[in-house]
Amino acid sequence: MIDAFVLRALLAGVGIALLAGPLGAFVVWRRLAIFGEALAHSALLGVVSAHLLDVDPTLGLVVFAALLAAALWALEEQRLLPTDTILSTLAHGALAAGLVLVSLLDWLRIDLFAYLFGDILAVSDSDLAVLLVLSLLVAIALGRHWRGLLSLTIEPDLARVEGVPVRRLRLLLDLLIAAAIAVGMKLVGLVLVVSLLVVPAATARPWARTPHGMALLAALVGTAATLSGVGLSLLVDLPTGPAIVLVAVLGFLASVTAGRLRELRTRAREGRGGLAGEPARR
Amino acid sequence: MLAQARPTLRAEAPAAVESAPILVELRAVTVRREERTILESVDLLVREGELVTVIGPNGAGKTTLVKVALGLLAPSAGTVRRREGLRIGYAPQALVIDPAMPIDVLGFLALGGRRPRDELEAALAEVGVAGIGRRQMRALSGGELRRVLLARALLRRPDLLVLDEPLSGVDLAGQLALYELIGSLRRVRGCAVLLVSHDLHLVMAETDRVVCLDRHVCCSGSPETVARDSAFLRLLGDRVARVVALYQHHHACRHDGSDERGAP
Repeated sequence: MIDAFVLRALLAGVGIALLAGPLGAFVVWRRLAIFGEALAHSALLGVVSAHLLDVDPTLGLVVFAALLAAALWALEEQRLLPTDTILSTLAHGALAAGLVLVSLLDWLRIDLFAYLFGDILAVSDSDLAVLLVLSLLVAIALGRHWRGLLSLTIEPDLARVEGVPVRRLRLLLDLLIAAAIAVGMKLVGLVLVVSLLVVPAATARPWARTPHGMALLAALVGTAATLSGVGLSLLVDLPTGPAIVLVAVLGFLASVTAGRLRELRTRAREGRGGLAGEPARR
Repeated sequence: MLAQARPTLRAEAPAAVESAPILVELRAVTVRREERTILESVDLLVREGELVTVIGPNGAGKTTLVKVALGLLAPSAGTVRRREGLRIGYAPQALVIDPAMPIDVLGFLALGGRRPRDELEAALAEVGVAGIGRRQMRALSGGELRRVLLARALLRRPDLLVLDEPLSGVDLAGQLALYELIGSLRRVRGCAVLLVSHDLHLVMAETDRVVCLDRHVCCSGSPETVARDSAFLRLLGDRVARVVALYQHHHACRHDGSDERGAP
């Protein structure tokens, strides 16, 4: 018999892992890992603002994540500065504002620890409901716009000429990633949340031959890491969030090592075949 | 009516193409970015079935011109008109596939629109790279990549092919082969081609009209006219002009002897 809080934790973990797989693939392809870090930095400002306005802190997180996504989207239209520079600027601006606010409002007592490291075992029914709705949204959006999203990721000008609404879809993708990060913070906290997106996708890369293959494999890898992380934390009494991330990163190292070995083997075989078979190739 | 504004073109364009409907027309297009003028009052006209080549040195604004014609970039001044419902097949100058993106050739072609597998394979065969459908995009040579980009453009059944530096990253033999391919595609498909190149002597032989660009239109007309034009000679220097003259000679020979071009 599984306790209800463990069941909720497992459901939430698997739900977020399934979301994070395909979205994480886009984060890796579009080099948006720094976007996630920026969102995490802005979380403090979101939480403080939510307390000031006396609304749910998760709502504050989601709103700030959405604002930052919109800012990224608007700033990506200009080509003067690289995206990571812009995001880093925004993130530190948000972090500085959050810290200034916290120090000004000394009556405010916030449990920063929960936001920093997450607490999957404290996931509530309403958190699960938010996650379910978000999962459905992501599934629908990715299902409907998969081709356009891929096309704009690979070559935006070509996508536009071929009739893909590049600006709209890019905003959609940024918002979905922001939402996934806001929800993922519940699980592993803002310090580690980006790894939920990036690590499974990176683990899947050496074994994928198609974009959707990589996205699905990333979802599976993330699910496996989450389940074993939660299991480990229950068995050995480890902090859950870090346990999940640690398992995921170990899986990544194994995957990349195995992928590299396979590559070297293939190259050695092709080298011999090339000398004997077709010397004049290229 | 439209041709009246451009007497040089009317005088030089081949008679068969002269009456064809207009696909794209740029009038007095100016593009400025941060005080810098990239294009200055440029006119460009592409009619049905025409092969128009835009040539010019690096920094002449060729790619900017293409982006304005495609509607990717709004001009600071001037007007752009495209025929209603115009289908454009576009092959960009560079395509860099991120190492993290696993995608094979068929997957890449399918990004342009949902089509049955055999149609994608047929497009690859048409551009002379049949059977590479399952190769990863990152494993292609420069020439293969060019051909795959062409195939993706052709899959849209375009009225107009827009090719930005289609010979870049390809060795000389490959350039000639690609050039022949573009010519034959145009004859078979009957589509117009807007081709941008900095490489004069390879492009000029098959083209109907050359537009020589250096932020503004230096001169335009048939390849023969442009090669003799003093503005063109000044722009590109005597050495290049001699090479062009040589090639033009070759072109004239072929025309007198065995005409491979086939009337549009």
